[in-house]
Amino acid sequence: MNRFIGFIKKEFYHIFRDRRSLFILFGMPIAQILLFGFAITNEINNVDIAIFDHSKDATTKEIINKISASKYFSIKQMVTHEADIASVFEKGHVKAVLNFEKDFSKNLIKDHKATVQIITDATDPNTANTISNYVNAILQQYQKELNKDITIAYQIVPETRMVYNPELKSVFMFVPGVMTIILMLVSAMMTSISITREKELGTMEILLVSPLKPIQVIIGKVFPYIFLSIINAIVIVVLSIFIFNMPVQGSMLLLALESVLFIISALALGILISTISATQQTAMMISLMGLMLPVILLSGFIFPISSMPLPLQLISNIIPAKWFIIIIKGIMLKGVGIEFIWKETLILVGMTVFFIALSVRKYKIRLE
Amino acid sequence: MSTNKVIQVDGLTKMFGDFTAVNAITFDVKKGEIFGFLGANGAGKTTAMKMLIGISNPTSGKANVAGFDVFTNAEDIKKNIGYMSQKFALYDDLTVKENITFFGGIYGLSRSKIKEKSNALIEDLGLETVANQLVGSLPLGWKQKISFSVALLHDPKIVFLDEPTGGVDPITRRQFWEMIYKAANQGTTVFVTTHYMDEAEYCDRVSIMVNGKIEALDTPKNLKTQFKAANMNDVFLKLARG
Repeated sequence: MNRFIGFIKKEFYHIFRDRRSLFILFGMPIAQILLFGFAITNEINNVDIAIFDHSKDATTKEIINKISASKYFSIKQMVTHEADIASVFEKGHVKAVLNFEKDFSKNLIKDHKATVQIITDATDPNTANTISNYVNAILQQYQKELNKDITIAYQIVPETRMVYNPELKSVFMFVPGVMTIILMLVSAMMTSISITREKELGTMEILLVSPLKPIQVIIGKVFPYIFLSIINAIVIVVLSIFIFNMPVQGSMLLLALESVLFIISALALGILISTISATQQTAMMISLMGLMLPVILLSGFIFPISSMPLPLQLISNIIPAKWFIIIIKGIMLKGVGIEFIWKETLILVGMTVFFIALSVRKYKIRLE
Repeated sequence: MSTNKVIQVDGLTKMFGDFTAVNAITFDVKKGEIFGFLGANGAGKTTAMKMLIGISNPTSGKANVAGFDVFTNAEDIKKNIGYMSQKFALYDDLTVKENITFFGGIYGLSRSKIKEKSNALIEDLGLETVANQLVGSLPLGWKQKISFSVALLHDPKIVFLDEPTGGVDPITRRQFWEMIYKAANQGTTVFVTTHYMDEAEYCDRVSIMVNGKIEALDTPKNLKTQFKAANMNDVFLKLARG
């Protein structure tokens, strides 16, 4: 036991005396969660738009006021000639132009129908779509107000309801993904680097010649990272609750247990990587290319798995992160219990056992 | 087994596939002896040494180190030997003291014992001023001496040195050999591999490996007579050229 404590102490010295690993350990999770939460978002805020108002009457004025009052849009300029619309877009600041038809108010009263054209810059299709949806929402809201006093005007207003993330907050979607990435990074990459470092320095040989058993060496190496990964998971959850008001609907205990399971599977992967790479660089490259890319691209974190081509969908099944993301999304956003995610959990357990078995097999007890 | 033979090797062989790295070597080493284990690069000396220190399984043959069999009691061997590699592997980001404490710890020394040993070591090597400095900031020669002292920390019966003087200057090498003599005088058996033929002269007995076989084994003096050579360098060249 004394030996083990000495070993762990040494491991922490390594971690705390290396700025690089300190940064990865504690800077990354915070930076990533803030980046994904604030910067990389599907929501729109203060989008510059332009208005081309042919009629300039009371109704259009009211609508324009409503739009400019919303936090989503700010009216950059008023266009006065049809020909100017193109040039407004070409300058690049304006993302949309609202084109009110002539005699807007009159048409609305006479025909109960008036047209406003929403022209959006679709070079970024997602944003264009969102802008048009938001403008539509404002128009409908206004229309409702108009119809308030008129008893005959029955109108069917389509209403979309987004469940689980009613405000469509993208941060809710990113938190599980970021957590997965961070745990993967800390557990797999950091351990594989720290083990290969000992190989490179020649200290691994000294450790293997010592009475320490290889399994003790490995447990001693990974233990600090289990500890740090758990701290990271806590930091991420706390940040998302307090900064982004993200709800955790399900059981915290279940979330913690599932996270530990995922951490262990990532550690096993880290050990596996360290057995096949001779240098820290190799370990880092394999971790980045072999683990991080699939986690980011194929786990359903950013791109939905259901819209991938079939071969990629099949490949995504062998990525532990995919299952972990399903699990924690379920717990955090839907509040489900183990009865709904036991299948995913079982898959993760199976993968973990497989990785551990493989790395034990691969781990050369005796340096050849 | 005669008690004053701490290493007994009989027909020890290591094959990697079809390649015989170590071909039925037989020798023994007496207690307190400085045994030079020589050979060109690739002659098989590192492989042979790895089998003796219990980190590589022999293919066949017999070997007994510090009273334990390499096939069945590798773990017991590890407790009774010290090992220093050519990389002087210490942790650069730990201080001298922390390194000593760590290595003392993994050999199961008690805290008080570690403290006592570490103070003695620091005093012996005159390291008082750098005891709390990171090892990474020290010159190579110092690292080498600390590394050797750390290998002796748990009073092993035998210390294995794998090319312990690579890359250090002649004066430091000289000082290092004085440390080896001191350890041998106190009864520690020293098993050393080296490239430097002048160092071979310092050994009590020398074996020379060529292509996985031990081609010569005797005192440096007898070897020189046997091969009619002026120094060990010539002996080595005559053997290596066949």
